[in-house]
Amino acid sequence: MVTGNGHRSNGGGPSRLSPAAWLYVGVVVVAAVAVLAQLLGTDWATDDAAGESGLTLAVLALLFLVTDSTPTTLTSRQSAWSPSSSATLAAVVLLGPLGAMAVGATSLLSVRRGVDLTQRAFNASMYGLSAYCAGQVYIALGGQVGLPWRQSFHGIIGPFAVAAVVHVVINYGLLWGMLMLVPPVTAGQPSRAAGLHIPLLFVSDLGYATLGLLIAALWGAGLDAFAAVLVLVPMFVARWAMGQFAAQERAYAATIAALCQAVETKDFYTRGHSERVARGSAMIAQEVGMRSGRVEAIRYAGMLHDVGKLGVPTTVLQKSGPLTEEEFAAIQLHPMRGLEIVRQIGFLDEALAGIMHHHERIDGLGYPMGLAGDEIPEFARVIAVADAFDAMTSNRSYRGARSIEEAVADLRKWSGTQFDPALVDAFVAALSKAGWHQPQAPKMAPADGVAVRDHDDPTTPLQVIEGR
Amino acid sequence: MAEWRARGESWRQAMDSGELLLVAVAGMLVVAAVAQTAAVGVVQPRIALAFGALIAFGEVLRLALPGGRESAPIGSAGAFAYAVVLHVGPKPATQPALQVIAIAAAGMVVGALPHLAAGRPTGLAGIAARLIAVGFVAAAFRPLSRNTIISDPKHWWLALAVMTGLLAAGWLVECLIRALIRADALRARFGVALWDEIRVQLPLGVAVAATAILIAFAAATMGLVALGVFIAPLLVTQMAFRRYAGIRATYLQTVRALARVTEVGGYVEDGHAERVGRLAVVVGRDLGMSEPELLQLEYAALMHDIGQLSLLDPIPGGATVLASPDDQRRIAELGASVIGEAGVLPGVAEIVRCQHWPWRGPDGEPPVGSRIIRAANAFDDLVGSSAETGRAMAALERLRLDTATEYDPAVVEALARVAGRRNGSAGRLPAC
Repeated sequence: MVTGNGHRSNGGGPSRLSPAAWLYVGVVVVAAVAVLAQLLGTDWATDDAAGESGLTLAVLALLFLVTDSTPTTLTSRQSAWSPSSSATLAAVVLLGPLGAMAVGATSLLSVRRGVDLTQRAFNASMYGLSAYCAGQVYIALGGQVGLPWRQSFHGIIGPFAVAAVVHVVINYGLLWGMLMLVPPVTAGQPSRAAGLHIPLLFVSDLGYATLGLLIAALWGAGLDAFAAVLVLVPMFVARWAMGQFAAQERAYAATIAALCQAVETKDFYTRGHSERVARGSAMIAQEVGMRSGRVEAIRYAGMLHDVGKLGVPTTVLQKSGPLTEEEFAAIQLHPMRGLEIVRQIGFLDEALAGIMHHHERIDGLGYPMGLAGDEIPEFARVIAVADAFDAMTSNRSYRGARSIEEAVADLRKWSGTQFDPALVDAFVAALSKAGWHQPQAPKMAPADGVAVRDHDDPTTPLQVIEGR
Repeated sequence: MAEWRARGESWRQAMDSGELLLVAVAGMLVVAAVAQTAAVGVVQPRIALAFGALIAFGEVLRLALPGGRESAPIGSAGAFAYAVVLHVGPKPATQPALQVIAIAAAGMVVGALPHLAAGRPTGLAGIAARLIAVGFVAAAFRPLSRNTIISDPKHWWLALAVMTGLLAAGWLVECLIRALIRADALRARFGVALWDEIRVQLPLGVAVAATAILIAFAAATMGLVALGVFIAPLLVTQMAFRRYAGIRATYLQTVRALARVTEVGGYVEDGHAERVGRLAVVVGRDLGMSEPELLQLEYAALMHDIGQLSLLDPIPGGATVLASPDDQRRIAELGASVIGEAGVLPGVAEIVRCQHWPWRGPDGEPPVGSRIIRAANAFDDLVGSSAETGRAMAALERLRLDTATEYDPAVVEALARVAGRRNGSAGRLPAC
């Protein structure tokens, strides 16, 4: 199951929720309370042994709490995943909609840190509602509530499967609504991680929902409450694997960023350039509606786009006057050098093209191949916009940083000649939503390593001495 | 030292003596099982077919784990469940142990066919190891299953305890076999290899055993439907593991690739980082380091020259062994700060930071990883990509002369051992 995991990481608590978000939370909570009240009003004599179902409820609620209290934080830190849906879905079979709702609502008591009352109320209502709906669907399709027996078991598989899907869909739907209303933690990566993981999590949740059926079946086989304990084992292994995956992914991103920074250390003025280009490229990619896997790939491509710069002698890279043809050729080679390094990384197929062609121009006057228009791979066109924009809005030894407005005006000016107009539009649109962190002006430039000219800067195009 | 560089593809097809022996033993077991089953006839064919199909399905979805290992959690869970199931629906399950082995073998072979068709390695050794583990559990449990005390549903806790103990033992048998094969192939110490194997296989092993037990119990209520329904959670676990293994492989690949920026920048000779990385891992394994330590060592060795990026002028020839002590210190510390920046590899940063320390120096004893990298780096600086034996011998001689203060004698001796393995199989499997 996926929960809202607090927005604390951007400094503000729920007090920073927009009125729309408050309204949304309110509606969800009120709906949950209303359903609960209505159910309590009716007399639920379906269970003949109230004491036994009380014990079942207690065990399932405990199972739910244990799994829900140890979630795996997704990379966005805005939502978290835990395999607790199996407890609620077991309750659907063993206890019916009301019991399932009660189990889901125990999320209110979750011992997770950093989740405040509003979030608890929202999570509990979300779980309660999805469990209740799943329970109703289960009954409507003819599923029997109570201990499953050999004869009845085949009859409940179908209704249970549909109920599991309903449960997961409502859970994700309600959470998705919440994430849409909450400002993203970091500008430029709105709900990226959530988007990245949702297909996997969706299937995971369905898989773990079937554990609910297993709990119910084993309960029927005479294992009673021990079924729940036995079921905990694979759940925690899955949790562990998901946690390992998320940790490795974070470590991976951090390592790439650090290595790219190492490439930049020589040049005082381009520090942080790779990361900002990565962010800008991802912003554009999201704006034009690339799917999450491609957004992730373009983020890495943006990060790595200039690693080949290392192959160009510093004296050439930073030369202030016009370049000789040989020096110009050396600069033109840097995307190829980058490609040479990055080619070994298997996951970056489209990203390779993006790195190789990020200095091509729409009018065909770029390098290294002089491609024009649609011949230029989409990734390269995206990176070109973010790359130039960051070069313009950063300080250079020969000029101060341009303002975002000036740089946008320049992008528009060269839109259609140097840049892809659609992507410039997308970038401007994304800028107005997510904003841009301009790099700080350097306090004191070191004597060595001063960039006298920047090959990325479209305001000072490379000049080549004609003839020789 | 050409064999360090070339991690050939041919190893996938080749098998060494240990693997051959294992496959032969498993093969004989299967022949006996199939012959016996054919002679007596298959007991409860519907159940056998269902489990066989599940095992084949699991084998198709084989999973690569870190370190070039492979596993088939769903197939194993199915086979183990077939070995310990007591009732399917109302009827007791009566298959004998040899039938369990025959069905598991048939399922695994059928499941391996698509891999074969796609040109992937057959994974015969892995199949053999899994099969022997299943055979062990079946041989121990099938006779017990006829015991009325154990098969009585009222004594479910007794059955549960016996199943748990046997599955744990079966899993351990599989780990032992795998560790033997691996220690033989990589020339690792057996104790270290066993420990590595247990660490890698434990989480999935626990999930597999739990799923097998769950299926065995649920089959009593649900009949054969239990197989289809309850494999789903393990499928999810497997997906998570696949992604985990994938990102780990990409991680290593990326560090290998990015370590080459120093070469492209003209700071070091071509292939230096990768050669030092490989050499360091082989030396580290010879010294009995575990896989997590070797992974750290490989990262550190790959990135040991990353600090050179901060030098304005590349060192002539890139050989840090010839650089002044001050430069060496600066390179090491700048490199460590780059890696420290990531904040995720603290051990690696420390190894890189201490790589220039003499073995017996003023700063105390450097970590073993640093000592290995120092020696491997010096060796590669002196020998480079040359494959001449004479050069390697001369370089080793030079390192030996410096073992009083500069290089750890144990490391230099390990280096000499692995450098002497001209046709050793040390580079066949990925380290971690």
